[in-house]
Formats: sequence, structure tokens, C-alpha cells
Amino acid sequence: MLAFVLRRLGQSAFVIVAMAALVFLSVYAIGNPIDILLAPDADQQERAAAIARLGLDRPLWQQFLTFLVNLAQGDLGKSFVFGSDAVSLILARLPATLELALVALVLAIVAGIPLGILAGLRSDGWIGRGVMTGSIVGFSLPNFWLGIMMILLFAVELKWLPAGGRGATGTFLGLQFSLLDPAGWPNLLMPALTLAIYKVSLVIRLAYAGTREAMLQDYVRFARAKGLSPARIIGVHVLKNILIPIVTVLGLELGSMIAFAVVTETVFAWPGVGKLLIDSIARLDRPVIVAYLIIVVGMFTLINLAVDILYSILDPRVRLADGGH
Amino acid sequence: MAGSLERGAGAAEPVPAVESPFRRFAADYSANGIALAALLTVVVLALLAILAPWIAPQNPYDLTQISIFDNMLSPSERSLEGKLFLLGTDDQGRDMLSAMIYGLKLSLFVGAASTAIALAVGVSLGVVAAYFGGLIDSVIMRLVDLQLSFPAILIALILLALLGKGVDKVILALTLVQWAYYARTVRGNALVERRREYIEAAHCLALPRRRIIFRHLLPNCMAPLIVVATVQVAHAISLEATLSFLGVGVPITEPSLGLLIANGYKYILSGKYWVSFFPGLLLLATILSINLVGDHLRDLLNPRLKR
Repeated sequence: MLAFVLRRLGQSAFVIVAMAALVFLSVYAIGNPIDILLAPDADQQERAAAIARLGLDRPLWQQFLTFLVNLAQGDLGKSFVFGSDAVSLILARLPATLELALVALVLAIVAGIPLGILAGLRSDGWIGRGVMTGSIVGFSLPNFWLGIMMILLFAVELKWLPAGGRGATGTFLGLQFSLLDPAGWPNLLMPALTLAIYKVSLVIRLAYAGTREAMLQDYVRFARAKGLSPARIIGVHVLKNILIPIVTVLGLELGSMIAFAVVTETVFAWPGVGKLLIDSIARLDRPVIVAYLIIVVGMFTLINLAVDILYSILDPRVRLADGGH
Repeated sequence: MAGSLERGAGAAEPVPAVESPFRRFAADYSANGIALAALLTVVVLALLAILAPWIAPQNPYDLTQISIFDNMLSPSERSLEGKLFLLGTDDQGRDMLSAMIYGLKLSLFVGAASTAIALAVGVSLGVVAAYFGGLIDSVIMRLVDLQLSFPAILIALILLALLGKGVDKVILALTLVQWAYYARTVRGNALVERRREYIEAAHCLALPRRRIIFRHLLPNCMAPLIVVATVQVAHAISLEATLSFLGVGVPITEPSLGLLIANGYKYILSGKYWVSFFPGLLLLATILSINLVGDHLRDLLNPRLKR
């Protein structure tokens, strides 16, 4: 077990260094780094100072080391637009994105699992075919267009929900959360639904396949023979078995939801890191782009690591198989 | 277009005197009504895109055909000169229907081109990794793992933020995020195929390695790739639209469906729905029909479900 964790830790460290090298090469080595790191209106004196500070006259590997040292200290430069530290700028916006992603994840589970089980139980009937075709539609819906159409319907035509922004938030541990203030829920609903739709389809597919497989198993037949009610067979025995793949996939999908929040946040003007990234790309605010990239890559690597370790605890076969090659 | 519809249905008729594999596959495929309709939709959309210059009521890139006085006309409204705009006009006075047909052309082109290039790159690397094994395999597959552990949208977004806008750059970015899927799929297959007798026979004939890999091993690993590639075209089209919506995709001079939607986003709050609604509907129809075809192909080509 320890050997497995250590090996995975080593792989994760390698990924982070590899990504840092890529970011370094793409941002610092392509084009003139001074243009990238200095505001366009900087004068000659500031340029000279920056060149000295960055040590651009030194060989590339030395510059990379400096970059790594700064990175380890959490120093990725100051935003051109906000004038404040890029890393703390990202961290300040992170709770809004995480909240959005988590609410969407819960929506996906709550909507997807019952629908998928229902479709699996009635796979030959119109319900099953309807749900499965619906899930393909869910896969195919362009996310941003769905968001725009929801704004059009619920905000512009029906005037039930606000069109964008975060609205009221409650404070917990010094961080702002919409869930804590019921006045903020309407603002959260549409972005979370939009972000969830794709994952709902995914959960439906997993639950459908799992249910169809589980219903043919001996333990289900045995439970039936024992005279258990269908509700108990499905709610306890089948559900437990189909949850394993769903939990694994959703753990990995949390990262992709954070990435996809870029789109949802842009449509609904949700003040998270995704919106910040798009704004920074539009304004060429490169320190913020670099900071976003490093932080999000770090988060992904951690999530992947956590899922792998959890999975190896839950299922010893993974550990053994990984040791095999 | 009616001609192509009839031809598609004719091939489906299950009365073959000689049962060729293709005919049987066509008959199997057509047994599902939804899948057949989806395939026909894909064919119609592709024809629409190819024939865009002849079908579209106006050339949306030709400034002499566009009048700014016709801007933001609602669907079925007539301009001052009495010209009819079936789906309305955008803020430049462009006919939405024409802009959509040209946008569809660009979206399909980007999706198909990036998938084709990624397929070639990914398949070559995957089959080479499986054939040689060892260090080459490790290096290629670690790259695949690295690539697949990050969402495609994030990688493409960052690449384009660094590279800038442009159709060629979008294709490059989409290629870079797609190749790993093919490499992994083909490698899994090739690992099995590599141990088959015909590869051993080819070795005994002392055929050159390149010939063995690309003429013997590769063609036998292609079947599952058809499904992956079909779904990936839809994925690439969707991704391109998303990137263009975010402002890092195709340039404003060559609007794809995604950019048309982004263009209409500004007018949503004033209730002018048509600039976003119709291109989105076309985009949805395109992606959905390709996905339905892919879904049905997966069922048909899955050996475990073979009758």
C-alpha cells in the first residue's frame, strides 16, 4: 500500500513539474517575456529593472530554476489589470466555482441515478428508450447555448429567475457561499442546471448499464425468491452495486466540471475562476492565466491522486494490477 | 436532396439476392428508424455545407450583398426593398439563414479536419507503441495519460489563448486534444492483434517492420476506431463552437455556428432571440445526429451483442 501511494505521489510530482515546464516554455520562452510580464505602458527604466529582476541574461535552465523557486513560494507575479497578486486573486474566486461545481454534481446524481435505474428496469419499453434517447440529447446540447436559451426563457420571457450574477451570499469561515442564503438560490439554479445537464446524461448511462447487468445477477434472483419487495431489491441491493462505477467516474469528472465552469460562468456572469480566466485572456492579463493554469493543474493532480488512492483502498485488485506492470 | 434520401432508403431494403457484408450491414443499420433518420440528417447537413455557395440566399462574407439598414430584422420580416429574411438578420444586416449555412460549413470542416489529422497521428503512435512495447510504449502512453488527465476544453482553451485566433489554430488545438483517444483505443487492440498468427507469418516472410505495422497490424485494429471517430467529430464540433463562443476560436471574419451564437448573446436580454436561437438549433441538430449515428454504430459493431 505504502509503495503504491509513494509511486503515485512520484507520478503526480512529475506531472506538476512537467506542466510547470510547459507553462514556463510557452509563456516565458515564446515571444518576448518582457512584453508578457510587463504592462504595455511600462517605460524604459521599468523594462531594465524587470530584465534584471527576471535574470533574462542568464541561461534558460537557470531561469527555469528561478521560476520554480518563485512558484514554490506562491509568487506568480501581479495582475496587470487588478494590480494585486495573481495567486490570491485566483484563490479568492475559487469558492464560487467550487460551489457551482459541487451543486451541479449533486444535481447530476439526484436526477441521473433514478432516471437511469428506471430506464434500466424498463429497457424495452418506451420509458427506457425515451430516457436513453434523452440522454443522447443531453450529451449533444451545446452547453453555452443551453444556458443562453435558459436565460431567454426563464429570465427574459417568464421573469422567474435572474439572468446572471451571483446574488446574495452567506459567509462561512470568511468565504462567501450562495447556498447559505436562500435569496442567492435563484441565482445559483440556472448555472448549476446548465453545468449539470451533461453529467446527468453520463450518470443515466452508467446507472442504466449497471441496472441492466445487476438485474440478471444471482443475488437479485435470490432476493426475489426470498420475497423481498421490489423497492427494497432496487433501493438497497441494486443501488449499492451500481454506485461503485458511478462514484469513481464522478470523482474524476469533478475536475472536468471545474474546467467546464469556464463556459457556464461566462454565460451567467458567475464570478468564479472560469470567468476570471476568460476575462484575463481577453485582456491579455498573462500572470493571471499562468496562475490559473498552475493552480487548476495542481488541483487536478490532487483529485486524480485522491481518487486513485481511495480506489486502491476500496478495490485491492487495482493496487495489484498497477504493481504488475 | 430528395434523390439522396431515396437512395439511402433503397439500399436499406432487406431483399438482397446476394448477401454482401455491406448490404447486410446496411440492412442491420436501417432496422433502427431513429438511427436511419439521423444518418440522413448528417448526409443532408453535409450536402448543405458543401453546396453552401449555391444554396445560401446571399453570401454573408460579401459586403456588397449586405446592407446595414437591414440589421436585426426579426424572422420573416421584409427589408425596405422588400427582400424576405426567413430567419431574420443579425446586427450587421446579414441574412441569418445564409450565415448559418456558411457557419455550418466551417463547423463541419473544422470538426472533420481535426478528427482526420488526430486520427492519423493517434493511430500511428498507438500502433507503434503496441508493436514495439518497452520504452517507446511507456513514453507514448505516459503522454497519453498526461493528456487525458486534463479536460479537453482546458487544454484547448490555454493553447488558443497562447496561439491566438484562427481556423488553422483551432484545428491544431483540437488535434492536440484528440489524438490521445485514438492512440489508446488502437493500442489496446493492437496488443491483442500483435500476437496473432498473421503477424508471425509476416515476420517469417521477413517483411520490413513498417510494412508489418501499417499494412498488416493497423487495418485489423480499425473497427472500434470508427465508433470513436464518429463520436469525436461531434465532440470536436461542439468544442470548436464552445471555444469560438468564449472568444478564442475562429476569427469574426469567418463565423462558425458557435460564433454566431456568441454574436446573438448580446441581444438575448432584449428578447431578440433569433440570432442565437437558430444557429444553436442547427448546431444541436448536427451534433445530435452524429451522436445518434455513433451510438447505433457502437451497438452494431460491438461483438458482444452480435446475433
